Amino acid sequence: MKKLLIALLFSFVSTSAFAGGHSPCGVTDGSIKILANEFTTYRIFMDEVKSCAGEGADFSVTHSVDHNKLQVAALSANPAEFSAKLVTNGSITTLMNDNLIRPLDDLVAKYGSALQDNQKIVIDGKIYAIAFMANAQHLWYRESILNDLGIAVPSTYEEVIAAAEKIKASGKMANPYAGAFKSGWNVAQEFVNMYLGHGGEFFKAGSAEVSINNDKGVAALNMMKRLTEVSNPDFLTQDTNAVKEEWESGNVALMHVWNSGAASLLDDEGDQMIKADTRLANSPSVGGGSVPATTLWWDGFGIATNTSDENAEASFRALLGAATSTEMANANPNATIWLIDGYSPGDTAGPVVDAANRGAAPYPSLPYMSLLHGALSTEIVEFLQGNESAEKALADVEAAYVAKATEQGFL
Amino acid sequence: MPHKTFFWFFFPSGLAMLLFIGLPIISSFFQSLHIEPEQILMEVEKCDPFGCKTETKVDIEATSKLQEEQPLGRFNGLGTYGDRNHLAFDQIKEAWNNSASMSDFIDIILNLPFYKALLFTLTFCFAVTPPVVVLGFIVALSINTLTKSLKGPTIFGVILPMIVTPLIGSLVLFWMIDAKGILGATIQYLFDDPNLSLKSSSQLTWITLIIYGIWHNTPFAFVVFYAALQTVPQDPIEAAIIDGASRYERVRHIVIPHLYPVATFIILICLMDNFRVLEPIIGFAAEGVAQSLSWMIYNDLRSENKMLFGSAGATSMLTIIGVAFLLTPVLIRTWREFRTER
Repeated sequence: MKKLLIALLFSFVSTSAFAGGHSPCGVTDGSIKILANEFTTYRIFMDEVKSCAGEGADFSVTHSVDHNKLQVAALSANPAEFSAKLVTNGSITTLMNDNLIRPLDDLVAKYGSALQDNQKIVIDGKIYAIAFMANAQHLWYRESILNDLGIAVPSTYEEVIAAAEKIKASGKMANPYAGAFKSGWNVAQEFVNMYLGHGGEFFKAGSAEVSINNDKGVAALNMMKRLTEVSNPDFLTQDTNAVKEEWESGNVALMHVWNSGAASLLDDEGDQMIKADTRLANSPSVGGGSVPATTLWWDGFGIATNTSDENAEASFRALLGAATSTEMANANPNATIWLIDGYSPGDTAGPVVDAANRGAAPYPSLPYMSLLHGALSTEIVEFLQGNESAEKALADVEAAYVAKATEQGFL
Repeated sequence: MPHKTFFWFFFPSGLAMLLFIGLPIISSFFQSLHIEPEQILMEVEKCDPFGCKTETKVDIEATSKLQEEQPLGRFNGLGTYGDRNHLAFDQIKEAWNNSASMSDFIDIILNLPFYKALLFTLTFCFAVTPPVVVLGFIVALSINTLTKSLKGPTIFGVILPMIVTPLIGSLVLFWMIDAKGILGATIQYLFDDPNLSLKSSSQLTWITLIIYGIWHNTPFAFVVFYAALQTVPQDPIEAAIIDGASRYERVRHIVIPHLYPVATFIILICLMDNFRVLEPIIGFAAEGVAQSLSWMIYNDLRSENKMLFGSAGATSMLTIIGVAFLLTPVLIRTWREFRTER
């Protein structure tokens, strides 16, 4: 993986196939309706998609932080509500489970000459999605605050807590740490990070049987609890966007959020003092492990099965145009790590490359992972509020997962 | 009214009720007896920017064949009703056998999703409805005494909480009670506790939701009471004034008895409305600590995976049964009143 990512980041040699040379942009007919998550990098990407689509096509995009909850219902309808969906290695499995996105081999052959091979998400020999960026959560810190108090940049979560407590004790900030702990998808994602950081496995090998109620699970939850104690008391309602707002208001000195956050945290809006003081650091490891407690993600797009071939082609062309736009990537080098040919990474790519080098796992693409994620999203909240023991919370997660997985036919 | 006339009078609405209420209930019931067909898994090679590896995937062809054979899914009987996410019979039995004390047993029960949701739903219903009726009545009485020119604008102001979409209303309050919001910061200042957060403790979140519920529902009670107040006969009131009855006595002995049936109606509607509380939970991002039965249905249908129609159907059925239980006393009372009037 190490080699792959380095190759991907620093290769300027096009690895694209030579088949097909149709230009993707300038779509003249068809309707392009896209469902996407809401954050600045996606906005940049969508602007490019729109300009690639041109005036001829009927274009609309729906940005929503609830995209994962909308996607199955919206794409199950026939014709589907959306012709395309921006997917990640987390959300693609749900769409694959229900056959809601179509193979793209024909379209890639026709238009995809500028694609790099590692942009193609190939499942069982067929291309199901086109990736355009890589992302991971990692640590961010305020340099002047750490320097003033003589704190070294933390490289483990134990050090993060020690640093946060020191900042708190100095009276500079009441709640120096922030992470996306909003009950729901976010808090479950924090657990996934922390559990993988402790070297945990979610399922018994080769089966859908869950096994998280163990020492590693308990340690992961306890670490999350300790982090919430140095966070804003409203942590259960703060998603990534809210955490970034806290950062930009100067209330936080350490946070664990997405690399793509650089697009809004390091732009020209907001308090420039804070921006100048914002530094990126590698994702910390935890519990004496060597693996950083984070997951690797790719973001890409898939095309709906239940949409007409005409709309599918129009949507594919517009999205592909952006997913191969070297100009967009190089005009916004710090917005994320683009997987696009000819992109020279900006100075914010380091932590993601580091995470990959130190062996961070990609978010598990298992068909039943989203069920476990869903069970985690509500069942660990009571523990974080101090109303329940860690073992009890994990037993509840397992029981809730088993009930849902049975009903869905996985167990 | 002759039976025949009544039949034709009632027929259109009866038909609409059958089509739009009866049939969906029957369909939900059937769906609740089924679960998804078995998912057939296969090992395939997956390649992405982080490399290639062999991973598990759903065998779409085989699974969709099963789906076509059984479009409703596998028949599960009442199995879904008894599983852990609903009535949880096995878990209750186990808890009964293994728990040391009654409070231990109750703790285990209230930790099960359905009972946790039921507890919140009932608490919400019974904490919101009485204040709504009382407040609605008081507001209606006060506005009734205003001069004509003031009445219009005041009524508009009072019914505003009802006009605001519940989700928007709860979002507005959500940001106001944020630790940095005007209400949240004031409360922190008043209690001199910088870590006080209405959003992080279960009890405070419940109280916030209940206060929101009262705020949102009072205008409804007010509107109905206000309309009813216009029908209070003036003769007995004038007679009472001549007899020297105070304002309180007039309200207590003439107005309240007159409004009794209206109050029953308001209680009925409020209980029904509040039993299906959902929007404030979403608006206040409170799903971690306060789950209602409706929220369970919503979560089954809008989770990050396949929609669990069976589970949602089962919860819907249980909700309907719950509403029926809740309304029975009120309905019996109305029925008795109706009989005595005849």
